[in-house]
Amino acid sequence: MTPEDSRTTPVEAPSPDTTTEMSHAEDRDTEAKRRGGTPMKLATSTDRRPPPAEVNAPGISLRDINAYYGDSHAIKGVSLEYAPNQVTAMIGPSGCGKSTLVRCINRMHEEIPGAHAEGEILLDDLDINGADVDVVAVRRAIGMVFQKPNPFPTMSIFDNVAAGLRLSGARGVDMRERVERSLIGAGLWEEVKDRLNQPGVGLSGGQQQRLCIARTIAVEPDVILMDEPCSALDPIATLKIEDLIQELKERYTIVIVTHNMQQAARVADTTAFMLLGELVEHAPTGKIFSNPGDSRTEEYVTGKFG
Amino acid sequence: MRPDRGSPRSGAPRPAVQFAGEAVAPAGLRPVSNGRRRSDTVARAVVLVFTLIAIVPLVAILYWLLKEGLGAWSKSFFTTDPTGRFLGDPGGIRSAIFGTIEMVALASVIAVPFGVGVALYLVEYGKASRFANVVRYFVDVMTGVPSVVFGLFVYIVLVVTKVAGTFAAWKGSVALALLMLPVVIRSAEVVLDLVPNSLREAALALGAPRWKVIFKIVLPTALPGIVTGSLLAVARAAGETAPLLFTAAFVLGTSGDLSQRMNSLPLQIFNDVGQAQDRLVQRAWGAALTLVVMVLLLTLVARLIQRRSKLAP
Repeated sequence: MTPEDSRTTPVEAPSPDTTTEMSHAEDRDTEAKRRGGTPMKLATSTDRRPPPAEVNAPGISLRDINAYYGDSHAIKGVSLEYAPNQVTAMIGPSGCGKSTLVRCINRMHEEIPGAHAEGEILLDDLDINGADVDVVAVRRAIGMVFQKPNPFPTMSIFDNVAAGLRLSGARGVDMRERVERSLIGAGLWEEVKDRLNQPGVGLSGGQQQRLCIARTIAVEPDVILMDEPCSALDPIATLKIEDLIQELKERYTIVIVTHNMQQAARVADTTAFMLLGELVEHAPTGKIFSNPGDSRTEEYVTGKFG
Repeated sequence: MRPDRGSPRSGAPRPAVQFAGEAVAPAGLRPVSNGRRRSDTVARAVVLVFTLIAIVPLVAILYWLLKEGLGAWSKSFFTTDPTGRFLGDPGGIRSAIFGTIEMVALASVIAVPFGVGVALYLVEYGKASRFANVVRYFVDVMTGVPSVVFGLFVYIVLVVTKVAGTFAAWKGSVALALLMLPVVIRSAEVVLDLVPNSLREAALALGAPRWKVIFKIVLPTALPGIVTGSLLAVARAAGETAPLLFTAAFVLGTSGDLSQRMNSLPLQIFNDVGQAQDRLVQRAWGAALTLVVMVLLLTLVARLIQRRSKLAP
């Protein structure tokens, strides 16, 4: 399927309530209704495509985040706003803390021995770093795609996508329908629909990464964090993932860590530049790459260091 | 540079662009000296001789086992109990085979869940904590403890104190389980360590609680390795004599009652070898061959399961 199929349905068209034979676009509309029936946002007039049906995802506010690995101070007082339904790219040289910061957002840093973080992370006014917040619920709302594709080796393609729902104990979900919808959403359905029972690790690297994205969106998070999702992939697989990110932002707020500045320029609405654990600049991507406000940003994006 | 085999250009003269100095070896890249060639040859010969010497006893054991043991094998050898009569038919080893299977099975039921549980604690929760390291140290020490010590321990704790009678098969199983435990823990820990952290992270990031990550992701991924390690521990326990000597003692008849004394293959061999009759010594050989074949089958199954593992060794 091509990305265009999904964008041909007019926004105001009434969507059918029967969802048995769902096309991708209808799928989106019913999805929007189910998740609160929010009014569709109109895209800017310069957008060539008809405005797609959107789901209003929450934004994230970071307030004065500090993170430590043992004694080393990895993130130094970063405050940052991730706008809803936008792609925010995190760029910066290796070791600048961008991956660490992103892991803090769904508290995956707690899995690293000796790491701890302080500060407020507000997901729609709820501080997910709060003492009585269930980390499992946080991760259900904020999904993550990792650098290396990591499908579960003991599971089939179908089971990989269903894994998140099964692992988080979801009940009353039509598993087949959700798996199909997630695979369609990840642009993998056409390639795997005839071999859903084959092992997930038998796919190519790029397919595996899209499988991981399907697995992530199957649990219907609000936010998707991507930690260098394309760094292990070839250019064609990378392009597919980038197209996918453009589609996904209609329903999710997306944060993507990348080493590849062209990639940031291609996919991101805003870009944040980090250096030595500090946030140097966060601005619309066009501004970061053409007219950055900070000389260090300019030196980095023009390739003078990093 | 790799020659571009199969391309239409192969055979054509090399392209003009070459690495500078490709033809001239830089200074210092001299050929291997004769001295080093000689020491290489000698070293290879020495380790080869060591290897040949080492396999001589291994081959000899198998040879004698087959030569003496196969002669003892017959249908009645497997289907009758030892009679214990000094004259006449000495009987077969049925009770010993069943006893070994029963006691080792009970020992596995005790040792494998405990062992895997300890390994899960060490890998998933204890990690590098002080307590986990102390446990690891004790497990290592226990791996090296002679089996007779486990037998003595159970003898003192369960037999001498007359806990539910004196000698009993289940007490032998406890001794075997103690023997198996460190082996199971160690092998399971190694396999669990091999499960890539990225899988745990992927599952956690999907919003899975930790216990589900362990039961649905980590254990299934590690399962073939855990089964293999456990089977090897079972194979080791099956051949132990000393832990059973003071715990399950010796009896002639076949029994399914684990609270009574029970025969076993190692004890049968132990008893028969000491007898003055050739027929009984012959029976010992037959029993030894039976034991080796059983262990061999277990090992074979373990290898087959290991091959299905998706974890890199």
